[in-house]
Amino acid sequence: MNGSLLRELVPAVLGVLVRRGADFATAEDAVQDALVEAVRRWPVEEPRDPKGWLVTVAWRKFLDAARADGSRRRREERVEVEPAPGPAGEVDDTLQLYFLCAHPSLSPASAVALTLRAVGGLTTRQIARAYLVPEATMAQRISRAKRTVSDVRFSRPGDVATVVRVLYLVFNEGYSGDVDLAAEAIRLTRQLAAVTRHEEVSGLLALMLLHHARRPARTRADGSLVPLAEQDRSRWDTRLIAEGVEVLQAALARDRLGEFQAQAAIAALHADARTVAETDWVQIVEWYDELLRFTDSPVARLNRAVALGEADGPRAGLAALAELDPALPRYAAAAAYLHERDGELATAARLYAEAAASASNLAERDHLTRQAARLNTRLRT
Amino acid sequence: MAKYLLLKHYRGGPAPTVEYPPMEEWTPAEVDAHLQFMRDFMARLEESGEFVDEQALAPGGAFVRYDGAGRPPVTDGPFAETKDLIAGWCVVDVESWDRAVELAGELSAAPGPGGRPLHEWLEVRPFWGVAPTVTE
Repeated sequence: MNGSLLRELVPAVLGVLVRRGADFATAEDAVQDALVEAVRRWPVEEPRDPKGWLVTVAWRKFLDAARADGSRRRREERVEVEPAPGPAGEVDDTLQLYFLCAHPSLSPASAVALTLRAVGGLTTRQIARAYLVPEATMAQRISRAKRTVSDVRFSRPGDVATVVRVLYLVFNEGYSGDVDLAAEAIRLTRQLAAVTRHEEVSGLLALMLLHHARRPARTRADGSLVPLAEQDRSRWDTRLIAEGVEVLQAALARDRLGEFQAQAAIAALHADARTVAETDWVQIVEWYDELLRFTDSPVARLNRAVALGEADGPRAGLAALAELDPALPRYAAAAAYLHERDGELATAARLYAEAAASASNLAERDHLTRQAARLNTRLRT
Repeated sequence: MAKYLLLKHYRGGPAPTVEYPPMEEWTPAEVDAHLQFMRDFMARLEESGEFVDEQALAPGGAFVRYDGAGRPPVTDGPFAETKDLIAGWCVVDVESWDRAVELAGELSAAPGPGGRPLHEWLEVRPFWGVAPTVTE
């Protein structure tokens, strides 16, 4: 059994412990300890019932921990005399865990860390490496998060929208380490989609699949960025695209549109174009208009202006851009792109250099510097 | 082994020995060659077991100080073009000061326009070490 299959059992196992009366924080530690033991022992002898094995071991670890902690004695006695409740809905447990880990009282960074550990089953060290912080810092963030949600009743229903946002953050922001956070976010979103029929969960899953499909084409061997228009589309993962489109269509058919479905629809239209020239920019602009009904995100407005520039010409794009705040992230980059399309190379070069200076990451800065260099070189010859 | 900070500045340091235009005025091939040089340098450090950390800083930011109880902190910045700005750093764990200087020299040879070395000044600073267990 590989690591991610093992980790798929985590929510169900943790759910069993919590339903037996274990407190969430201690139960979560116990499940982590059981995972460590599984990784050590299963290669020698894999149990016939992996989940049953994990529940047994985790429960034992929980009792050990509760016993070791004198102040918990009374609670421990209670859980040992109380009969375990009947077979609880595994589906409900999983969903409740997602709600708990994305609880609105948690900061986004804490919710992300707690979700990766308690639902994803990743170790604190893996999560710390993924976000480039010391392990002790991440351990502290996770234990504070656990304390914050310690009074939340496990069975209280939460809001899927908060969970979706946390999973989107996992997909979109993270560094490296030995965990592929994008793949982990997809796994967690799939797992969530399996236990809830919420259109936006499907929308998010579709969005992730469609963007993940482009990953092989998105960076060169040296790590530099390849913009969408220049990507080698034969390197897009057609299997992921097909799945993303299918998930999206099923969600759209339920006629309850939302932000993530609209974003996924835009990604699907890009995926649908075999060459950049075949891109249906008119439809993409329409989907941006839909998207803006659900969010007034300035990023969406900026992207709409660029799409409009493709659909109706760069002047139209620049006019739409002129209505936005020039201090927006990527404003200068979008303006540079549209000015270049309009033949204003000197202006575009200046704006690319300006965009490079205000980029939020090195890959983008290097890409924008290169764009400015390209135009300046052309202007000299 | 001792740790040294190799500090790169956007501006500042002793008078430049080579004048060169900002990177956006190089050719794309020159930009690529420069970036590749930096990646190769860091990879070599990792291979030799001397790499500790490497970080780059965005040019924005400000100086900040306390301005008394109940008052928001005072800020000074973003900085004018003339102020010294730290662009980033690399921390190495090496045998000697000489080795740290050697490495800084290599890094300063990063290529610029025409593939010629930039001769950029790098600041090399020793970290305080740890107190030894055996002192007599």
